[in-house]
Amino acid sequence: MELNQYLDMFLEESKENLQAINENLLKLEGEPNNLSYVQVIFRAAHTLKGMSATMGFEDLATLTHEMENVLDQIRNEKIAVNEGIMNQLFSAVDRLEEMIAAIENGEDGKMDVSKEVSSLRKILTSGGEAANEDEKVKPTAPSPVEKTYEYDSYQVNILLQSLRNGYQAFEIEVELDERTMLKAARAYMVYSALEEIGEVIRTLPSVDELEEEKFDRSFSLTLITMLSKEEVEKTINRISEIRRVEVVRLSKGSIKSLNEVAASSAMTEEKEGVSPNLSQPKDGEKGEEERDVHPIRRHHSSKTIRVDTERLERLMNLFSELVIDRGRLEQIAREIGSPSLTEVVEHMSRISSDLQNLVLTIRMVPVEQVFNRFPRMVRDLAKELGKQVNLTITGAETELDRTVIDEIGDPLVHLLRNAIDHGLESTEERKKKGKPIPGEISLRAYHSGNHVFIEVSDDGQGIDREKVLKKAVAQGLVTEREATQLKEEEVYRLLFHSGFSTAEKVSDISGRGVGLDVVRSKIEALGGSVSVLSERGKGSTFRIQLPLTLSILSAMLVEIEREKYAIPINSILETLSLPKEEIRVAHKQPVLDFRGKVVPLLSLKELFSIPSSGEEREEVSVVVIRKGEKLVGIEVNDFLGQQEIVLKSMGKYLHNLFAISGATILGDGQVALILDPNALIK
Amino acid sequence: MLEQSKTVKEIKAIVFRLQNEEYGVDVQQVRSIERLEHITRVPNAPDFVKGVINLRGVVTPVIDLRKRFGLPLTSYTDQTRIIIVRIDEIEVGLIVDAANDVIDIPEEMIEAPPEIVGGVGAEYLRGVAKIGTRLLILLNLEKVLLMNEVEQLEQFEA
Repeated sequence: MELNQYLDMFLEESKENLQAINENLLKLEGEPNNLSYVQVIFRAAHTLKGMSATMGFEDLATLTHEMENVLDQIRNEKIAVNEGIMNQLFSAVDRLEEMIAAIENGEDGKMDVSKEVSSLRKILTSGGEAANEDEKVKPTAPSPVEKTYEYDSYQVNILLQSLRNGYQAFEIEVELDERTMLKAARAYMVYSALEEIGEVIRTLPSVDELEEEKFDRSFSLTLITMLSKEEVEKTINRISEIRRVEVVRLSKGSIKSLNEVAASSAMTEEKEGVSPNLSQPKDGEKGEEERDVHPIRRHHSSKTIRVDTERLERLMNLFSELVIDRGRLEQIAREIGSPSLTEVVEHMSRISSDLQNLVLTIRMVPVEQVFNRFPRMVRDLAKELGKQVNLTITGAETELDRTVIDEIGDPLVHLLRNAIDHGLESTEERKKKGKPIPGEISLRAYHSGNHVFIEVSDDGQGIDREKVLKKAVAQGLVTEREATQLKEEEVYRLLFHSGFSTAEKVSDISGRGVGLDVVRSKIEALGGSVSVLSERGKGSTFRIQLPLTLSILSAMLVEIEREKYAIPINSILETLSLPKEEIRVAHKQPVLDFRGKVVPLLSLKELFSIPSSGEEREEVSVVVIRKGEKLVGIEVNDFLGQQEIVLKSMGKYLHNLFAISGATILGDGQVALILDPNALIK
Repeated sequence: MLEQSKTVKEIKAIVFRLQNEEYGVDVQQVRSIERLEHITRVPNAPDFVKGVINLRGVVTPVIDLRKRFGLPLTSYTDQTRIIIVRIDEIEVGLIVDAANDVIDIPEEMIEAPPEIVGGVGAEYLRGVAKIGTRLLILLNLEKVLLMNEVEQLEQFEA
């Protein structure tokens, strides 16, 4: 097998599995008695083991194998989960992660895992049950009681139907002789001999694995046939170099659906005769397609495909052009008014909208990909610092452009570390203050307007304004006189000053400061910004604002005098028309009453010095935009309707234009500017 | 049309008209010459920035060169052209009265700009070339496009 071509898949899938292990280990730590987590971890570890062995990463395989043994004992309730075991498992996962990272960096993935292996083995020995090295492939002795066998729902259906139709079903375990030279060939002979007398509906391990000799000496098959047990035995025994054959007749009662097992999570009652783990599906619904399919090829055909981002970029650009032409076509169709043309254009619009969504989503990735490594990190950090921390993650499904996702991890790690290390008080302090002992850290992502926000909040001590200022003055960032006049926000902004991070013992200043300038520059490089909210004694929130970097967005086109502007629909709360006399003036600022709330009314005509068209109107049309809690009304002449627009850069020559975030090309080929509502609301 | 010596280095220049003077820009810096089309005004941009146009899908700023040079403004005509120039990463259109010629200028014919030529500040000029009876003013586009300097100048004047 050409391994290189599978390497990317291997890496990606390994990471997925490691993530699953990590996640479920954390859950298990919270609920040590919930063995369904163990089952998930076991499967993931098992898949990982299989893949690593196939790819020839022996150290990875060894360590996962050892983990499996421990997990197996846990799920069979032979050993109970305790902190020591959890720590061992976590550190084994860390090791695995290291190895995967090394492989990703082009190394051979070889690493000394003896320490982890021996500690895992120690768990087994001290747990009372000796680990059976080969337990995964060697069937344990059958118990006299009727065993149950696990099949996926598809297989269960076949089996039950066959039984109903008078067929016999057998679970056959074959053990080859120790001296067998070509195990795969021998296994194949067994397989084909059985195929002659019936139908083999499952093999453990899978056929592919058998062919690749990915088994020790024994394997099992599930056969449906008209023949009797004795005849089946005879058939197999005719093949040489077979040490032992065991044929068990399956009855209705002994067939168990994997789904049931997973659902009830009551595998403790199961006595697993055959090792069910070898081709266990990752989750119930995938059961059917996973039979006898190679573990590596398995997920990938349906799950991911790697595409050069440059190609995606080109696709996006071409598509943008298409969207512009679509707008143009729509306009022409409206002007011409021919029903058949309109029909075609409408159809094309619908299709291209779907296409557009598809194209856009290709580049979008849920922030989950970044977030999901944080629970583990927070756990470790909390342990290290002797603090108790509850991490709440919300909005993990929020999607961001791939390029942003790749970059946002590090700044977030920084902020989370800061929050735990410096934001949260020590346990004693919290007790003294009467706060709940576990500190709350929340990580939140959400869309707003043309941006995605990610917030890291803690319910700790907040930022000590005085200390920050003292430090800033000492460093010469502000003068003492200035310091007294700074607003809260301005004070917090000092934290992001690069001078702050280089200083020693910055953590004195209620902690904020370490590396925050790095955070800021990274986020700004992504076209975003970061701000801080804080309340003494109650906690702080770091808010990162990121652009979607999406080039197509939904906007409301408005006309102000004779100029057209696009307002991103996401920041529009409402559009309304009201008689002129309803506009009041408060403190020289025109305001309107919007559902009992006084909302300032901005005149873009003035702000943008738009030449007057000389039109006088009785009614005033207003677009109410929002930024967080704040509302502002924008006076316009007309609403031209909602439209998908393609965000175009204004180029390098015109930058930092006030309240303009870009431009777009309308259906008639003209350029319209896109308002940046965020700039209009202070 | 011109006497040429093969050993002499030459500059190929696009010639355009502005206020009865002939100007030249290095053809290397010129992307295309466009007819005047709809220009979208950009609020709060420097006043010589006439706005932005849709240049085959690319939003391109255009500069009114008369305004840039402080020449008297006239209304646009059929002859009015936008010369799209590119310097470094910046692509900008220059609105000129007319553009209609490409000529080769031997480098030796380019002289340093006199202090004042047709009202355009010398800092924008690269030199002057006399070709036959024509007097061609070669622009220093980098300077023409430089915005900081302009803003500073405006502040200074104010």
